[in-house]
Amino acid sequence: MKKFFFCFFISFMFIFYIQLVAQDISFTAQDNPNDDGGAILLEWNIPLSYPEMIISRSIDRENYIEIAAVSPLLKTFIDDENIEDGQEYFYKLSVLNLEGETIESFSASALAKAEWFNTDKISLLIMTILLGSSITYFIFSARKGKRLYIRKISGLDTIEEAVGRATEMGKPLLFVPGIMDLDDMQTIAGLNILGHLAEKVAQYDSTIHVPVCRSMVLSTAKEIVKEAYLRAGRPDAFKPDSVFYLTDDQFGYVAGVDGIILREKPAATFYLGAFYAESLILAETGFESGAIQIAGTAMPTQIPFFVAACDYTLIGEELFAASAYLSNEPNQLGSLKGQDVGKAIIIITLLVGVVLEMFGIHFLKDFLATH
Amino acid sequence: MLITFLVGALIIVSEFIPHKPFNNLSTSLEGWFLIISGFAIILGQLSLFKVNIIKIHRKAPNWPYFIIALVSFSVMVICGILWGTQQQPGLIPVSDKMLNFFGVKPFDYIFKYLFENLSATMFSLLAFFMASASYRAFRARSPESTLLLIAAVLVMLGRTTIGSTLTGWIPESLGFLHLPNIASFIMKYPNTAGQRAIMICAGLGVIGSSLRIILGIERSYLGGK
Repeated sequence: MKKFFFCFFISFMFIFYIQLVAQDISFTAQDNPNDDGGAILLEWNIPLSYPEMIISRSIDRENYIEIAAVSPLLKTFIDDENIEDGQEYFYKLSVLNLEGETIESFSASALAKAEWFNTDKISLLIMTILLGSSITYFIFSARKGKRLYIRKISGLDTIEEAVGRATEMGKPLLFVPGIMDLDDMQTIAGLNILGHLAEKVAQYDSTIHVPVCRSMVLSTAKEIVKEAYLRAGRPDAFKPDSVFYLTDDQFGYVAGVDGIILREKPAATFYLGAFYAESLILAETGFESGAIQIAGTAMPTQIPFFVAACDYTLIGEELFAASAYLSNEPNQLGSLKGQDVGKAIIIITLLVGVVLEMFGIHFLKDFLATH
Repeated sequence: MLITFLVGALIIVSEFIPHKPFNNLSTSLEGWFLIISGFAIILGQLSLFKVNIIKIHRKAPNWPYFIIALVSFSVMVICGILWGTQQQPGLIPVSDKMLNFFGVKPFDYIFKYLFENLSATMFSLLAFFMASASYRAFRARSPESTLLLIAAVLVMLGRTTIGSTLTGWIPESLGFLHLPNIASFIMKYPNTAGQRAIMICAGLGVIGSSLRIILGIERSYLGGK
């Protein structure tokens, strides 16, 4: 009888072992990739029939401390609690039965380290290099005297006309650089255009009001307008109070600018920068006052409002291209041409991606999506 | 310009290097920006005071409004400093009499019952402006604006209960003709495609502008040409 039970037990263990092997059970530990160190990635392949597993950690293979209770469903766990780079950590994955008893355990060890390159961002690096190279190439081509065709942007060609109109009417111009701070590229793009506009205003002996809603933008805009007057040879005509701060609050700012539009009745209004819900309130008030309105933003949700209410709208990239376009410098125009090449690369990538996906080839999508 | 080049280049490089010290570079620089903008707020307040006082002094048109602006600003600052806010204690404790009268601290009272309502009033103007702008935009003057009008009407009807009622009788086999489905299609495909195209091009524009600034070609933001 004893022999029978012994044979039965051995057979059971053998079958259980075979089952484990057949299901390709594995437990591995490795440095968590593409991070700044301090983390170890644990991966396992355990049958889902087990209710729970315990992960323990040790630095000497003897004193294990429990760090997490996990389910086989998870498949991975990142240990980033008090992990020191260069120190070897030993892990034990204990598989529990329904009674909470350990029926199997697996071991693995790994060292954490910080990487010098994030391989997840290879596709981003490739795109950056391609775009950067094409822009740099065209900048240098333009420097060497190569003639580049840049399509006309009506909104920017109208700037001089708007300033002239303001001078004839004896009314000021209003420039609104959006409601975001200097850390938004759209604000910087708007301020770049302000430099060109203020120069024209100085040349035409007109006046400009620049209400801002961020203190950092205030000091930058003031400096830009001052330099523009200096370039135009009219530093004496610069009025420091023409650039002024209203408030940081979105609708408080809108109320302030609307008040200025209704009181001053500017001949032309410029809304160039980052805008949110205030875009239409500003543009419609400007429309009611009868001003020539030129707007520009890269906010896709606000562009329709500007298109509906303004005479000219710079859509997306046109806002960023405006300064280069207005400067008419070969260097800057070259960068615009480079951007167009970037656009062509993206269009080709999109088309190739669509065709590959239609044929069930997911290489490009995976490369761009997961990396 | 050298600082701009170094900082710009470092930020680009740090995007691809997870190793210290590059991993925290972007966060640190954002922190620096916040500190600088914190100090710059004083400049903004000074500008606000200066411009308003000059206008009051010169008796500019509608000058009483500028007095209201300065008084409102001063009241909020004084209330905030003296009695504090809900989260921050002020210089002096709020008396029970004051607390019974306002229900909250004076700053919070003004903020909640005055400022928030004024902001909401400004925001609500959007609805009326949207109607007037839509009226102009949707006039069928050209094939493009006619298309815009048709798309807008379909989306508007499809997003309301009247859209379902109007096309409810169409059999399920022709479900794509249901107004809510047409509205969803327009929003999901042509609208999303257009928005993404703008976003991709804007992204390219940002890269181009950034490179111009980093390489020192674009100097307008420094006051240069």
